[in-house]
Amino acid sequence: MEAILFFIFGGLAVIGALAMVFNKNAVHSALFLLLTMSMIAALYVLLNAQFIAVAQVLVYAGAIVVLILFVVMLLGAELGEKIPQWLTVRNGVMVLLALIFLTISGTAVYDWLYSTQPVAGTVTDELIAQQGSAELVGQSLFTQYLLPFELASILLLVGIVGVVMLGGWRFVQHRERGK
Amino acid sequence: MTNLIWLAIAFPLIGVFINGVFGKKLGEKTNGWLAVSMVALSFIIGLLAFLQVPNLPEHQQTVDLWRWITIGDFDVHFSLLVDPLSMIMTLVVTGVGLLIHIYAIGYMHGDEGVSRFFTYLNLFIASMLILVLSDNYLGLYVGWELVGACSYLLIGFWFFKDSAADAGKKAFIVNRVGDFGFALGVFLIWTTFGTLQYSGVFEAAGTVSTGVITAITALLFIGAIGKSAQLPLYVWLPDAMEGPTPVSALIHAATMVTAGVYMVARSNVLYALAPQTSMVVAVIGGVTALYAATIALVQFDLKRVLAYSTISQLGYMVMAVGVGAYASGIFHLATHAFFKALLFMAAGSVMHAANDVIDMRRLGGLKNKLPITYWTFVIGGLALAGFPLTAGFFSKDEILAKTFEANIWLYAIGVFTALLTAFYTFRAIFMTFHGEPKDADVAKHLHHETPVMTTPLVILAILSVLGGLMGLPAAFGLPNWLEGWLEPVFETMHRLVPAEAAHLTLGTEVGLMTLSSTLVILGIAAAMWVYLRSPQIAERTAQSAGWAYNLLVHKYYVDEIYDALFVNPARGLGKFFAKVVDMGVIDAVLVDGSAKTVGWLGQIAARWQTGYVRNYVVSIFVGAIVIGAYFFLR
Amino acid sequence: MIPTAWYLLLAAILFSIGAGGVMLRRNTLVILMCVELMMNAVNLTFVAFSHELGSMTGQVFVFMIMTVAAVEAAVGLAILVELYRQTQSVNIDDFDSLKG
Repeated sequence: MEAILFFIFGGLAVIGALAMVFNKNAVHSALFLLLTMSMIAALYVLLNAQFIAVAQVLVYAGAIVVLILFVVMLLGAELGEKIPQWLTVRNGVMVLLALIFLTISGTAVYDWLYSTQPVAGTVTDELIAQQGSAELVGQSLFTQYLLPFELASILLLVGIVGVVMLGGWRFVQHRERGK
Repeated sequence: MTNLIWLAIAFPLIGVFINGVFGKKLGEKTNGWLAVSMVALSFIIGLLAFLQVPNLPEHQQTVDLWRWITIGDFDVHFSLLVDPLSMIMTLVVTGVGLLIHIYAIGYMHGDEGVSRFFTYLNLFIASMLILVLSDNYLGLYVGWELVGACSYLLIGFWFFKDSAADAGKKAFIVNRVGDFGFALGVFLIWTTFGTLQYSGVFEAAGTVSTGVITAITALLFIGAIGKSAQLPLYVWLPDAMEGPTPVSALIHAATMVTAGVYMVARSNVLYALAPQTSMVVAVIGGVTALYAATIALVQFDLKRVLAYSTISQLGYMVMAVGVGAYASGIFHLATHAFFKALLFMAAGSVMHAANDVIDMRRLGGLKNKLPITYWTFVIGGLALAGFPLTAGFFSKDEILAKTFEANIWLYAIGVFTALLTAFYTFRAIFMTFHGEPKDADVAKHLHHETPVMTTPLVILAILSVLGGLMGLPAAFGLPNWLEGWLEPVFETMHRLVPAEAAHLTLGTEVGLMTLSSTLVILGIAAAMWVYLRSPQIAERTAQSAGWAYNLLVHKYYVDEIYDALFVNPARGLGKFFAKVVDMGVIDAVLVDGSAKTVGWLGQIAARWQTGYVRNYVVSIFVGAIVIGAYFFLR
Repeated sequence: MIPTAWYLLLAAILFSIGAGGVMLRRNTLVILMCVELMMNAVNLTFVAFSHELGSMTGQVFVFMIMTVAAVEAAVGLAILVELYRQTQSVNIDDFDSLKG
């Protein structure tokens, strides 16, 4: 049962990703990205990481993809490539490179399978069922990883300031000078 | 107090710092008096330590300041040695240095570079104190090089004059030749004894073979030849007179040039164990004394006469330490410091008064115009000539007596040199101060003496007369204080090399003294007769002895010979390296070549920089693939 | 129980697709999307290993990466908008002022 679900979700994710790359229309690309991300969220659920799955939906699907869609529509840049030339030598090489990379990563996974002994950790499926995924992540975040967590908030703040500087500050100044 | 002896070095360095950094802002007056007060403090420290020496155990104390260099076995401490010898030297350096500093305030008045001058002068005092106070050969070497550097800076003080700049370079380069030998000597000491400390070296000296000791002493003496201006490396000293006169007085007469004598006296154990080297030292000293005295006979530049007389007197000192009369060498060193500093400063006073005219043929008749300068110069001249009962008389006669014991031929040279010394000294006095003014221009614009310049002259004149009391001849039953004072320094030597107790009889001593006194008076009388009564004799002699006279006037053509043998080949080699090696190989191939190669490589690499982000992404990705392949496909 | 290796292979496939997309496409917006996809692929490996090893650290890491991704998307898009104002284009090949 789980294996079937994995293949459904994984297959849809790969299809969504390929469709995103090979779609001319940026809006469609964004929507396929949304599909892929939702499927990854589903895979997180399969991996018993419900909290991360929810966060995935909220952050990626809910925020990032929507933001990208906004920008695409704002700029009217749906049709990015004016002359799409898909079948060029260069692009062939690119695809080949991606495949080589895939081979290497696959070899790495294969190596890993036969080289390491699985380490039994403290967080078992039973514990997650008992306490809940969110509690466990929260415990880790607010005890062991408190400093990185706080640093992440600073990073977000910097991001906000940066975006405001890039996008809006000029208009704010304009308006004030106009008054 | 002896623990604080490092302050004697520190004070002049403070002066160096303040004058060197803030000198221009402080103004000329502050510069001078600051430098003077620093040297005065140094002198006071030295005096207090000096008075403590008799109370010290074994009359010496090592003041270990800090660990200086430690490389494997090589462990050298920066430590100072307070003992009778170093204290005498400290007093001479700071005492004479102090008077010269005071004099320099007057002499350098109005010069643009006063702050620079006093910075160098203080630096010199500090360096010289490092040299004499160090308790190991490395410190001695450091001081040795530092005084050389100061000497270079001060000779070339008026660097805008070509002759001064050249003289500075000459002094530095000639000294390097000697310093090279000295450095080799220090290396050899290290490999032989495994230590550079005097005490360690001297204790172990008895167990080392004579051959090694001879090599060490010979190498060290090469350094002394350079620094103390002996044959054949004396050539820099006469040219060094291009520097300001206080510099000539301080460095090139009273203190720095005596470093070689000090070094030999300090290494007395080694030299006593190496009779061959000592013989060479004595012969070089004697020959230098005679050689320089003959040149001094015919010079017309007042300062040059004094310069050659300095070389000659240094020859005496070197001869003394060569025959094993270390205390006598130091005695003459001290008295010479007094009267030679006095003579130089008096000559400077003449120069100052006569608007930098120093050619004796244009001077004359200054006796009444510059009375203090005249009388002090005469006193200094008497001391230099060794007139009975002056300081120079006692010290020179002590050397001559010791030489008489050791080697009759060297004694003959010494005595004959004494005659020449008396003659040329008074020739200079008569030509400068007596007779009629020869140059109306100079006579008209004569300046007056100033107290700041004459006070040191008077003090030094007193010292030149009374300095002899330090070492009255023991043969007359008089107390030779200096010899007794320095005795602890030579204790190790006497233990290792027992001296023969054959002292001169009273009669011999009296005879020697009478002989040298007679010769001195004879020399003075001859000078008086030739230059006061009938000056035409000098010209007639010069004409009749044409080639000999020419030889002397041209200083035996030594400079020309050196030019032909060393300077010109070196210059040719330098030109070759500059034109062919530097411009042809280094500039063209290495410098320009590397620049061109980089430019060429850059042009190739620039093609990769397309500005297209996707190409950069491809580069990153290829890199990731390569790294991944390296890690996973090994 | 699904073997962790499957997740890893899936992540590798998604990452390669994303990387290929970055290299193939010229539309800057799509390139940004591809970058997001690559990041997601990495997140998937983290969660897979977190499950495999029974540790929460992997999930915490994903949380941090999400933060970074959000900031990156926001800043990247802001830069893109500014670029579009300057050049009236989102074609990545039009942005070649890095060329010396």
